[in-house]
Amino acid sequence: MSTKQKLVIIGNGMAPGRMLEDLFETAPEAFEVTIFNAEPRVNYNRLMLSPVLSGEKSYADIITHDDDWYAEHGVMLYKSARVDEIDRDAKTVTASNGVSVAYDKLVIATGSNPIMIPLPGHDLEGVITYRDLDDVEIMLDAAKAKKHAVVIGGGLLGLEAAAGLRMQGMEVTVIHLANTLMERQLDESAGHLLEEAFRARGVTVKTGANTSAILGTDGKVSGVSLEDGTELEADIVCMAVGIRPSVAVAKQAGLAVNRGILVGDDMRTDDADIFALGECVEHNGQCYGLVAPLYEMASVLAQNLTGGQAAYGGSITATKLKVTGVDLYSAGNFAKDDDREEIVLRDAVGGIYKRLVLQDNKIIGAVLYGETSDGPWFFDLLKKQTDISEMRDTLIFGQAFQGAEPLDPIAAVAALPDDAEICGCNGICKSKITDAIASKGLTTLDDVRAHTKASSSCGTCTGLVEQLMVLSLGDAYNPNAVTPMCGCTDLGHSDVRRLIKAKELKTIPAVQQALEWKTGTGCAKCRPALNYYLVCDWPDEYADDYQSRFINERVHANIQKDGTYSVVPRMWGGMTSSNELRTIADVVDKYDIPAVKVTGGQRIDMLGIKKEDLLDVWADLGKAGFVSGQAYAKGLRTVKTCVGTNWCRFGTQDSTGLGIRLEKFMWGSWTPAKLKMAVSGCPRNCAEATCKDIGIICVDSGFEIHFAGAAGLDIKGTEILGNVATEDEALEHVVALAQMYREQGHYLERIYKWAKRIGLDEIRAQILDDAEKRKQYFERFVFSQKFAQIDPWDERVSGKDKHEFKPMATLALEAAE
Amino acid sequence: MNAVASLWVEVGTLSDIPKQGARCVVAGEKTIAVFRTMDDQVFALEDKCPHKNGPLSQGIVHDGCVTCPLHNWVISLSTGQAQGADEGETRTYPVKLDGDTILLDAAGLA
Repeated sequence: MSTKQKLVIIGNGMAPGRMLEDLFETAPEAFEVTIFNAEPRVNYNRLMLSPVLSGEKSYADIITHDDDWYAEHGVMLYKSARVDEIDRDAKTVTASNGVSVAYDKLVIATGSNPIMIPLPGHDLEGVITYRDLDDVEIMLDAAKAKKHAVVIGGGLLGLEAAAGLRMQGMEVTVIHLANTLMERQLDESAGHLLEEAFRARGVTVKTGANTSAILGTDGKVSGVSLEDGTELEADIVCMAVGIRPSVAVAKQAGLAVNRGILVGDDMRTDDADIFALGECVEHNGQCYGLVAPLYEMASVLAQNLTGGQAAYGGSITATKLKVTGVDLYSAGNFAKDDDREEIVLRDAVGGIYKRLVLQDNKIIGAVLYGETSDGPWFFDLLKKQTDISEMRDTLIFGQAFQGAEPLDPIAAVAALPDDAEICGCNGICKSKITDAIASKGLTTLDDVRAHTKASSSCGTCTGLVEQLMVLSLGDAYNPNAVTPMCGCTDLGHSDVRRLIKAKELKTIPAVQQALEWKTGTGCAKCRPALNYYLVCDWPDEYADDYQSRFINERVHANIQKDGTYSVVPRMWGGMTSSNELRTIADVVDKYDIPAVKVTGGQRIDMLGIKKEDLLDVWADLGKAGFVSGQAYAKGLRTVKTCVGTNWCRFGTQDSTGLGIRLEKFMWGSWTPAKLKMAVSGCPRNCAEATCKDIGIICVDSGFEIHFAGAAGLDIKGTEILGNVATEDEALEHVVALAQMYREQGHYLERIYKWAKRIGLDEIRAQILDDAEKRKQYFERFVFSQKFAQIDPWDERVSGKDKHEFKPMATLALEAAE
Repeated sequence: MNAVASLWVEVGTLSDIPKQGARCVVAGEKTIAVFRTMDDQVFALEDKCPHKNGPLSQGIVHDGCVTCPLHNWVISLSTGQAQGADEGETRTYPVKLDGDTILLDAAGLA
């Protein structure tokens, strides 16, 4: 067996995650690593919880290390396993799941616990803290049904929680003990500006207010009462009053603990084989709750675990509030004192406030509100203790004003020294980024994030990193390589879809207004996409905008190259009858239709029909019971079948019956791109189900559900979703899968591309393994079908959209002389 | 040579055309597409894309342009010029509003 040392880590937050990255980079073979995580998941970027709460990001977007990463590095990760006991003599740890593991080196990274003030009623249902994804999920859940939220605490976390809950549509009140918000990071002026900004968003702010009790009925929270007697209604109360290092297990083990676990500069506790890291430690009398110091500790610890002699010297921290639309930056110390001077800039109209605190001609504190792009530059001067007397007169105007002329942003970045810090979270300086771009040939922001970590944590330095890329790569760098939806916006499809839901945008103009479209009315690319997203997300409320649909979907026929149309009626499951065939023959004769063809989807196409004849053709077809085959739609097309047990000696199930049932259930539904299906009665697969968007192969024991095949521009066999025993289950799984694709797919993205983007495992987890989720998808599809299953041909024969089919005027022209 | 006088003829009313839509006016062999924008301006173009004669009247109307339904060429409603990298021009016709009535200059049509 291996001679590797055994490294055990308690906790799986951002600090140990970073420590392992550093460790694997320098000494990938040194340790056999075991991690115990009390949370039931992989490592994610906790700084990004606020964007998840506000709906601007999803959980998938904030994962730092997925399951594959742990597998790839041979890390044994126990999820939902809390370590209760360290036996320092035997050098073992034992977790709540019963697993006991021996260590050579142990790292405690238990992080911190949110403080819950033991007010009367703090244990009521609906009283939560704001710390991990579970809290976010509870809040999102509450936001769906309930109206009033109270956030106790107007610090960084409390305000981010309040902004997120407000964006989810709740009535939010923030209760804050001090007289101004974020009083630890901001001075009074900035605190008031911030308060104004929150009021403007519809958040009620009560400063100088003390909560006396949380009220409840039947064990559930119903309100909050304040010391002055005020009572506030509340369906949810979020307590965000601070954090406390989580030290229980260290105490149990008898390690030296004060407020946090005591460590030296080498991150070692008073046991030589036990280290501690992150928010749970106390170094030099300081505990830290921001990410930059944790990453600095991680780097030191990674070096020392492999025999290095690195030392951690404490950190100076800067703070940014992650609330979209509120720009706030603070660093250092800004209390007034006799030997301190200050420089202040106010622009009331522009909502800008900047204050620098100086001591001995050096910056010791900075508060920026409304315009924060110089934050990193001031922070750099502060950390380096640069003498600023030379530029004192123009200092407050920022870096761009320190030359003779204002510099453009690129030139300003070019002027930064190589060791200037670009990414504060990760401690990445300019040269590290430019070197990586040059030596590794990086061309996209994602590449730079992957290789350097710059802008991969809180993301607020993304602009700076992009400017560095422009500087290094010139025009070769296209920041829009992150694929915006079209020229009208910088947002990608996923962002737009999420924001439509999060902000409850229900018309195309509302989307364009709220998401700051750059064009007046959009373009031929974004309008059909937005129309689909709104149809899908608000089936009962949104009025389909036909002018935003391609002509085929507007007139319910396929335009041909000469401007005529083709018409394809549904033949359920590919079955037809003499009556249907006779009707088609008569229609072809009556309207002199030049071409009739059997399609690849088991039905009949009539080509070359003049637009003026469409209504009459449909009327005649309708009399025989035909409905539109939607052969033109980004929606359900065909369900091909074979004859199955009805006729075939090999058939295992009634594949024809199931195909017809699926088609009758799902016709009329709009999807991101066309959706073609098939059901084969046995693995010989005569209906060719294994290259379809969704396919079913019947087997003796039931139904094998396939999806994500392709047989167009790309050719690709399907992936297997899983097996089910009954026809009802097959229907439920297929419908739920289609709904998940409908809700997440980008417009014009076929299901195989969507599946590749989302990941097959994620889809199986939601559709196959999670019965509750599957049922919800299914029900949302059924609900949407109430509004979608209307035969468009019949509607138009009955008079809808008549203008589409007739000229507005026919002019009788006299011959000109 | 005679100067060609304008010959304004009524072809319909504003409400006949959906906002961001078009209707056709048939004039002998020619078809004219009359467009209505979001802000109720009207424009008239021959219903033929300069690329492959696609029916512009069937395209999506956006910001003073129409996108041809066949191959996504974008044509300016006011000038008939293809936008972007494409080159070509569709004939435009004078059209105006008198109250809600749409008037097309038929002088150039014959």
